Amino acid sequence: MSISVRNVTKRFGDYVALDDVSLDVETGSLTALLGPSGGGKSTLLRVIAGLEQPDAGEVSISDEDVTSHTPQQRGVGFVFQHYAAFKHMTVWDNVAFGLKIRKRPRTEIRERVGKLLELVQLDGFAKRYPAQLSGGQRQRMGLARALAVDPKVLLLDEPFGALDARVRKELRAWLRRLHDETHTTTVIVTHDQEEAMEVADQVVLMNGGRIEQVGGPRELYEHPTNAFVMSFVGPVNRVGDAFIRPHDVELALEPNGSTQEAMVERVVHLGFEVRAELVRDDGERLTAQLSRDEARELELEAGQIVYVRPTRQTVFS
Amino acid sequence: MRRYGVRTVGLGYLAIVLAGPLSMIFWKTFEHGFSPFWHALTDAESIHAFENTLLITAIAVPLNTVFGIACALAIVRKHFPGKGFVNAFVDLPLALSPVVVGLSLYLLYGRGGWFYGVFAGHGIQILFSLPAMVIASVFVSLPFVAREVVPTLREIGDEQEQAAHTLGASGWQTFWRITLPAIRWAVIYGVVLTTARCLGEYGAVSIVAGFKTTATLQVQDDYENFNLAGAYAISLLLAAIAVLVLVAMMLAKPKEETA
Repeated sequence: MSISVRNVTKRFGDYVALDDVSLDVETGSLTALLGPSGGGKSTLLRVIAGLEQPDAGEVSISDEDVTSHTPQQRGVGFVFQHYAAFKHMTVWDNVAFGLKIRKRPRTEIRERVGKLLELVQLDGFAKRYPAQLSGGQRQRMGLARALAVDPKVLLLDEPFGALDARVRKELRAWLRRLHDETHTTTVIVTHDQEEAMEVADQVVLMNGGRIEQVGGPRELYEHPTNAFVMSFVGPVNRVGDAFIRPHDVELALEPNGSTQEAMVERVVHLGFEVRAELVRDDGERLTAQLSRDEARELELEAGQIVYVRPTRQTVFS
Repeated sequence: MRRYGVRTVGLGYLAIVLAGPLSMIFWKTFEHGFSPFWHALTDAESIHAFENTLLITAIAVPLNTVFGIACALAIVRKHFPGKGFVNAFVDLPLALSPVVVGLSLYLLYGRGGWFYGVFAGHGIQILFSLPAMVIASVFVSLPFVAREVVPTLREIGDEQEQAAHTLGASGWQTFWRITLPAIRWAVIYGVVLTTARCLGEYGAVSIVAGFKTTATLQVQDDYENFNLAGAYAISLLLAAIAVLVLVAMMLAKPKEETA
């Protein structure tokens, strides 16, 4: 189901968390709300869920104005960063909660919960308590619990934020696969641009309570509308007014007409990728990103003199 | 030597302050065997005193449990002006001498008090009767449930409740299925302390009791009338109830939560 947010403003005291925000989320899409902390992305998600009341503006879910509806009436699935597991209930009872509240027949509950536990790969854990699960397992339980009531939209608030990097990557890929199977309209909040780019069809970049840009991961990366977007969605060198991605810095051992002399200050080997930190003869610092083979060909090492040239640069007016 | 220092001081203090007096009562009660104890307890006055104490407790504890939980929820989950003041005010009975509580009730419900006319006009006697004793007990045992529940509510946070709301639970369903199970040990502990306070209350009740009696008042009465067997027997029973309740709680509490 689609989500539509119209001119929503939300203040906490003097602090403006959302400043006249409008956004459309298409049915069946996976949208990421990306941005630094305090950017308003979690507040926007909570406004959609009804957990916060906006001071102004409207929220519609599948073309129905739900602004005055309580979370109970909205039919959304919400997944919390810190799981919000019902600690006194088993995994099974956690997942069954929404169905029991809806007084569904027992056989239906048994079937649906069993199916969901299988989907989130927790079939062997039904009788355990949340305290006996790892963080990743708890969050998968949280997802199953939210999906159990067949929500119109699934809202995830930094769902993998409390997990370690490896588990986070696994769950991210798994979430995308799950979405491709269920096609539930999903909005995920994250401050991790890699996570947003990897899972989402549409990325909404927020900052200071406003939306900076909305677009596909590729569009945001290749056609950022302003300097903030440019520097948030990937590493960037700033040289005067120009922004240059590290992979758009070309290195050569010999000068040609358009190159500038620079000294290699440090070489960082990151497996496939090699990062060279450079100081140009005019004092400008920049970072170049090379493949391992390119670095080997140049025999890059600290103290060496190279000649640099940006192959692409962006200037915002 | 140092290693045992803290233990010696701690346990020694407990022995002198707690175990000593308790065992003294135990010894005195059974000094002449079991039958004086039994006679003193089955005496009509003692039974009547215990009936009153139990009745007062049976009214005051549920009242303070329900309102204690409501107060705690209001203090932790709701926003209202003067919240900090209310939070501190709940503790007042802990700081206030019970005698002062008794006296204030005496002034409030006695001849010339604000509430005297309200009840006297309907022929209801408050002072020197059970209602005043219940009110006094409610007053002095008010803080315990709220005091236990407030920190637990803060600790569990409100995310579980929010999750329940998004899953379609009403406020009432969320309270019964999520909040209450999460705070149950705090509630039970608060109820135990409230019960103990009601059973043991003396000062406030003694002022408003008139010729009515309770277990603690009976101890005083027996003692003043040189019925030492009666005083010891009732004291021991009161102490035994307290110890039993504590032991039952320790046994019932799940292992991971006692840690």
